[in-house]
Amino acid sequence: MQFIWAFLIGGALCALGQVLIDLTKMTASRIMVTFVVAGVVLSFLGVYKPFAEFAGAGATVPLCGFGNTLYQGVKKAVMEQGLIGAFTGGLGATAGGIAAAILFGTGVAMLFSPKGKH
Amino acid sequence: MELNIPKDKYKKRADDAVEKSDIWIDMLKAFVVGGIICTIGQVISFGAQNIGFTKEQAGTVTSIVLILMSAVATGFGWYDNLGRWAGAGSILPITGFANSITSPAMEYKSEGLITGLGVKMFIVAGPVLVYGISASVIAGILTYLISLV
Repeated sequence: MQFIWAFLIGGALCALGQVLIDLTKMTASRIMVTFVVAGVVLSFLGVYKPFAEFAGAGATVPLCGFGNTLYQGVKKAVMEQGLIGAFTGGLGATAGGIAAAILFGTGVAMLFSPKGKH
Repeated sequence: MELNIPKDKYKKRADDAVEKSDIWIDMLKAFVVGGIICTIGQVISFGAQNIGFTKEQAGTVTSIVLILMSAVATGFGWYDNLGRWAGAGSILPITGFANSITSPAMEYKSEGLITGLGVKMFIVAGPVLVYGISASVIAGILTYLISLV
């Protein structure tokens, strides 16, 4: 059942992004920034976490889930360590994904050359 | 790419092409591809929990595995082909974030490992990190202030 919700909710979030792209001609980077910041705000408002518990990967895999992870990390660190947590918690919680993207991106770029261009 | 078409004429052609693409078809494609990527993420997450990771760790494992898959698919040129078809369905999942790092890193490798690959890999991911992290720090400060009240 969790797989069906992941498919439906994740798909719906992407379809929503597609509508924004088609109607506003937003570029890929604008749409990504919009979704991450929206994830932070919705998480701060207490909306995203219960949503993610229900939708699973459908809510955490899209980029608004990255925003949610940023804020949940910040919140946890603030509760445990006070104000300094606001600066350390977000990157701590998302470090795995960011480090993986940098390492794998660099590794692949060194091993492969662009195809199908020119 | 060198096209011998005047710029305004090219723009008109591009606009016509955009108008012709049906928004409902675009949405359906984004829905199906985005949904499939999230379902794969769910499979990885359950798999990680089954071998002993906590739910929170499983989320990180899921991100790392999806990012690896996306980086490799980008290397072979598959992810960019998928992106042309799926639009937001391939941009918005975390795999799109990984693609946005890997693709320019490959593309600009020829301009050098530091000023090409190292700089250009953040051409899209940079703003995502800048505004995402800034927003989360501000929200964290607010959370701290609220906790004092």
